[in-house]
Amino acid sequence: MSANQHALLVDRGNLRRRNALNRLVSWSSTVAAVLAVAVLIVVVGSVLLRGLDALSWHFLTTPTALFGESGGGISNAIAGSAIIVAVGAAMAIPVGIGVAIYTTEFAPPRIANPVRFVLDVLNGVPTIITGIFVYGLIVVPQGHGSGFAGSVALAIVMLPIVARTSQEVLALVPGTLKEASAALGIAHWRTVVRVTIPTAMGGLVTGALLGVARVAGETAPLLLAAGIFEQGVKTDPSQPLASIPVFIFQQSEAPSPQAHTEAWAAALVLIAFVLLLNIVARAFYARSQRRMKG
Amino acid sequence: MEAGTLKRNAVLRSRRNRTDRIGDPLLRGLSALAAALAVAAIAGIFYEVVHEAWPAVQEFGLKFVTTNDWNPVTKRFGAAPFLYGTVVTSFIALLLATPIALAISIYLTELAPRRIRRPVATLVDLLAAIPTVILGLWGILVLGPFMRDTVEPALNSVLGFLPIFSGDPSAFGYLTAALILTIMAVPIITSVTREVFETVPGDLKEASYALGATRWEMLRTVVLPYSRPGIVGATILGLGRAIGEAIAVAQVIGGATAINVSLFHTGGTMAAQIASQFAGSPSRLQKASLIYLGLILLVFAVIVNVIARVIVSRGTIGDAPIDPEDGMTEAAAL
Repeated sequence: MSANQHALLVDRGNLRRRNALNRLVSWSSTVAAVLAVAVLIVVVGSVLLRGLDALSWHFLTTPTALFGESGGGISNAIAGSAIIVAVGAAMAIPVGIGVAIYTTEFAPPRIANPVRFVLDVLNGVPTIITGIFVYGLIVVPQGHGSGFAGSVALAIVMLPIVARTSQEVLALVPGTLKEASAALGIAHWRTVVRVTIPTAMGGLVTGALLGVARVAGETAPLLLAAGIFEQGVKTDPSQPLASIPVFIFQQSEAPSPQAHTEAWAAALVLIAFVLLLNIVARAFYARSQRRMKG
Repeated sequence: MEAGTLKRNAVLRSRRNRTDRIGDPLLRGLSALAAALAVAAIAGIFYEVVHEAWPAVQEFGLKFVTTNDWNPVTKRFGAAPFLYGTVVTSFIALLLATPIALAISIYLTELAPRRIRRPVATLVDLLAAIPTVILGLWGILVLGPFMRDTVEPALNSVLGFLPIFSGDPSAFGYLTAALILTIMAVPIITSVTREVFETVPGDLKEASYALGATRWEMLRTVVLPYSRPGIVGATILGLGRAIGEAIAVAQVIGGATAINVSLFHTGGTMAAQIASQFAGSPSRLQKASLIYLGLILLVFAVIVNVIARVIVSRGTIGDAPIDPEDGMTEAAAL
């Protein structure tokens, strides 16, 4: 009798099958999450382990060696990457935030929605295609690739990222703040510059940092646009410039173990920079969220 | 005194009015200009790609798509091997990435202890932040050899009767490229599906539990149907990323220019072919042919992204995409 009373609670028959299936799904979901984190750890760990061996002060401060010679470094690639990304960011960040201000503050929906759509399309354009665009636009007329052409390509890749993040944070700025400003008789543009933008600043910085982090590792557009560079550290953006991603790509395609070691070391520099930027960006975002709520 | 202050205030106010008269249209104009630049960029990309590809379009026309050849010596170029490679690698990548991403989203929204949800979600997001050239480097030196020595021999011994798993294992090929693309697609699909899962109304879930559903039955009858448009959109978004990736694929696919049935064999994709051959292209026609590949890729990518965006935005805004009664009756039938 007592066994019958508890029959519903006993795990058997149909219920046993259902519970088993449930456990299987729970278990495999957990495994999937562990797997994703494990891949991250394995990739970053590989870069750390293999990169640390080759990383040295000499490697960071010496230009890439002539083809076939060893003992070179990546100072030219670091300088090139810094210039290309900085110039690209200087173009993309103001334009991206400008687009966001236009769509959230000025444009009527029938214009703002198509602009958002264009940003989505632009975000979906493969970066190698952006490289082809800049190749036709700047490299062919100029006769050779240049750091500047690379910057333009990276700016186009970055633009939708910056614009979309900025749109989201600008839309989050409480309407009451803007209305309070308008009620005091403040002109719209002053409200935008003095109230909306400062309130959203943390989020705007996040968008900019995420954009920089994304393009710092971009290889395809630079391969097509930044040109075949000469030896030594160059800083003139009108000339071909080396970059860390292109350096890694070329060394990874080379057959020698020495080249691979150098690729790992350069990868360590790049991944440290990119992950650091991502973490800082997230911290900024968390702070700005708190500020807008508080 | 009084009159002086008033006068000064009036002067300040009129000065301010003057700057406001300029300021408002100025900021509106500048920001509109920025938006126009974004629109011009996408128009410019289409124009420039068509323009640069034109010599090859004229030479080969539409049969470019079906030509299974890429021969710089005979100057006969076709897209078929690379279309095949793009489709096969992206398809495998999605086949693997979608269930994994769904499982991760289930874990993050339903199973994980609250304290570790954010950190794990952040780590999965960071996977998307790894530069693809580094993923490719890892693919060449770590994943590739592992595929050749362990995974592919195992697949071959169990499923070797299938043509796709026949042939000699190799470090570079379709399968290695597909796995790298999987790693890239998982975080993208996860971030969208996780958000969609979070929008499922709690009362629907609780109603399902109240009817005696197990967690999986609740997921199957409430969360998954409710999120279907979001899941489809996320998968297509992942597809957009997979077909457009040039560098990592160029590093691990091996650069063959013919169709090979075996997934272990080297091959090529449209994006990877452009990345690996562009700088060294000797002839104008070859360069134009590469850009013709780019044109096909661009059309593909834009269509895929537009579809994904439309589906995702429809799925997350507005009413529940399904009739909740569907889920109820199914749960009640258990």
